[in-house]
Amino acid sequence: MSADTPPSSDGELSPDDVADLRAQIEALESEVSDLRSEVDEGSADKMVIIATKGTLDMAYPPLILASTAAAFGYDVTVFHTFWGLEILHEENSKDLGLSSVGNPNMPVPNAIAALPGMDRMTARMMRNRIEDNDVASVEELIETSLASGVDLQACQMTIDLLGYDEDDFYDGVTTGVGAASAFQDMADADIQLLV
Amino acid sequence: MSTETATETLDVKGQNCPMPVIKTKGAFDGLAAGDVLEIVSTDSGSMSDIKGWAESTEGAELVDQEEATEDGTAVYKHYVRKAE
Repeated sequence: MSADTPPSSDGELSPDDVADLRAQIEALESEVSDLRSEVDEGSADKMVIIATKGTLDMAYPPLILASTAAAFGYDVTVFHTFWGLEILHEENSKDLGLSSVGNPNMPVPNAIAALPGMDRMTARMMRNRIEDNDVASVEELIETSLASGVDLQACQMTIDLLGYDEDDFYDGVTTGVGAASAFQDMADADIQLLV
Repeated sequence: MSTETATETLDVKGQNCPMPVIKTKGAFDGLAAGDVLEIVSTDSGSMSDIKGWAESTEGAELVDQEEATEDGTAVYKHYVRKAE
């Protein structure tokens, strides 16, 4: 008995009280069952990745996670913004750059890495390694992700900012989306990642 | 479990993470109930990846996993059954 419905003075419930409580219980039960079916039918698990980087190494984590999550039955959205757009740009995605400068894990001193042509060489070396290790290309991962139902989105504001055209992107890429739709997706998602 | 008991075989040799899992999912979706899919991979990470995938996927039962050597290359075989 809750505190805000004190029992009648003699502590007994009148038949009216009982009928009232029954009605309340029934109303609650139907509400619970409605909510339960809503949850059960409710959307599949969901993951959203915000991809902001466009170097060869940083193109991989979002695409690998996205396609893998799709294989686990997740609804996946990858929102590409700023340099992350390069990954979805059909032409640029085949030639993503990589720099040794400022990367202490690269076996080249900064002074040498800064020489003209070094970034191209670093990117080419990485690309060869990727191929030698049977790792899929960025293009393959994009095609695989799209075929698995991953929603690859290109942020409209950055498309305009970087002077790209919507036709520059892979077929199947969603354009015309902005921060609000990304935020909405994130609010609904079980997993949200910024890469 | 052996190749003979499998209903279908998926060859993902020469493909690295995440492809074995993604292609497994694709092939699994096309199975009929009770079918057993054999996945042949050269990716050593597929041992834990396909196990994890089967554990989290409704209707997928990992029947067996084995490691073999074919032509001097390590090969990882996985058997996944689709629930009746």
